[in-house]
Amino acid sequence: MTLMKKTAAELQALLHNGEVSVKEVTEDSFKQIAALDGQVKAFLALTEEEALAKAESLDNAPKEGRGPLFGLPIGIKDNIVTKGTTTTSASKMLENFVPVYDATAVEKVNEAGMVSVGKLNMDEFAMGSTTERSAFQTTHNPWNLDCVPGGSSGGSAAAVAAGEVPFSLGTDTGGSVRQPAAFCGVVGMKPTYGRVSRNGLIAFASSLDQIGPITRTVEDNALLLNAISGVDHRDSSSSPQQVPDFKTALTGDIKGLRIAVPKEYLGEGIAEDVKDKVRASLKVLESLGASIGEVTLPHSKYASPTYYAIATAEASSNLARFDGIRYGYRAEGAKNLDEIYLRSRAEGFGTEVKKRILYGTYALSADHHEELYVKAMKVRTLISQDFASVFDNYDVIVGPTSATTAYEIGGVVENQLTLYANDILTVSVNLAGIPAISIPCGFSKGLPVGLQIIGKHFDEATLYRVAHAFEQATDFHKRTPSIGEGTN
Amino acid sequence: MTKFTAEDVQYFANFARIAFSDQEAEEFSELISGLVGFGDELKEVDTDNVEPMTHPLQLFNVLREDVPQDVLDRDEMLASVKEHEDGMIKVPNIL
Repeated sequence: MTLMKKTAAELQALLHNGEVSVKEVTEDSFKQIAALDGQVKAFLALTEEEALAKAESLDNAPKEGRGPLFGLPIGIKDNIVTKGTTTTSASKMLENFVPVYDATAVEKVNEAGMVSVGKLNMDEFAMGSTTERSAFQTTHNPWNLDCVPGGSSGGSAAAVAAGEVPFSLGTDTGGSVRQPAAFCGVVGMKPTYGRVSRNGLIAFASSLDQIGPITRTVEDNALLLNAISGVDHRDSSSSPQQVPDFKTALTGDIKGLRIAVPKEYLGEGIAEDVKDKVRASLKVLESLGASIGEVTLPHSKYASPTYYAIATAEASSNLARFDGIRYGYRAEGAKNLDEIYLRSRAEGFGTEVKKRILYGTYALSADHHEELYVKAMKVRTLISQDFASVFDNYDVIVGPTSATTAYEIGGVVENQLTLYANDILTVSVNLAGIPAISIPCGFSKGLPVGLQIIGKHFDEATLYRVAHAFEQATDFHKRTPSIGEGTN
Repeated sequence: MTKFTAEDVQYFANFARIAFSDQEAEEFSELISGLVGFGDELKEVDTDNVEPMTHPLQLFNVLREDVPQDVLDRDEMLASVKEHEDGMIKVPNIL
């Protein structure tokens, strides 16, 4: 039986009693990766030598003062910089890029005594929701290898679901932690904007991006968010807001909790099997003492065009830094500076990235700036106000994380309503800057369904409380995919 | 504007500093036209007297002491540079 499907608390007990060493835990992660990743393809780079060396030194550290994540393996999404280890954002543009510093979130997991085992696949520059847009490989869903793991943090979710690592970091600009967590049947949190430092995160859309934890259980997720949260002088948009101990929120008690269910979240475009599981989950929450009311988020139907205008405008500006000069891909044989820019960017970026840069450039251009970009920022205000009015009377909002379960690799979602519904469910949360968590809430045809719980700014604690209470009352989190069971 | 033409692709690609062949410009004209039509949906929203939301958090004047910190090593940084000489990045002749 692999150690990678155990919780942090279980692993700490084994470490504390001397039944396993940090080195053995680390070796088990690499054993799992060796056995499974040929099929799952979650990792883009492995750091076995460094990880085992670190594990040995951790084994020699005194037992006193070890935190709850000490000695545990973690995988890092490949758009978060890691000193001395390639960080590609799954783009040809950064294929050989080796950062010279660690992102703040990486520094913090290191300080917690975690052992990073490698870098995880994603859609190029986090632009996509299937991980098929990686320039290097397509990650497969551990529950059904013919299906996508979701994205853009598909590698991060698949690695945890498959039991290759118990922890990973993903990033969420428009749903990129929550949707793959839903597709892979694991727990994924998009924290409040500003909760986690973005220093060292390769920027996609700076007013939307957040780093978030992906784990098997709610408690483990809370522990990892505890470790990576907090203000950082290297990210002036990180918040000085106090970080509570999220673990203390896991009381199991949600009596009197007021849950809002937006009618748009169970409306057209959402698959019936997903609606069924979400309705059944609401009954579970009700049985635990919560009250449920239907609400409306009237501007949610504009979330998708608003998101596209703002995210691509910011991306077109952020990705201007990839010019072939200081780092990254440089076209061969360019005769002048302009040719270096034009050709390096033409050859280094994939189709989706170019599409978004072009649309973002258009949104920011003198003729369209007011009618598109500024207009979108105004609609963003309205979307944000919709949430604020709901939170005047409710503690959390609950709905599906995604309109469907995972779809087949290479398939195209043709139903326009489904595409819209997917965006409505996730991107509006990023536009408002509020936190949201996805937890497993059932299965349909062998594929996991995700329940999304959305909260007020900086109220991740309530999300963890609700998610934990639901998890304790159900056993969806105990199911694991059959992949690799012969090796466990 | 709903149709984003191949000429539009080349016009905006020049600002974005990305080279497109004529055939690519045709292909991207289809892709971007879809997005432009999508963005037009925002026109139906009444945003009179609504302030644009530039940022999800209201943080003002984030300052720190003016002392050097987080200084990266030049040699380490140059390790990722394709061509360099005497600590400087080399580019083709620009004159």
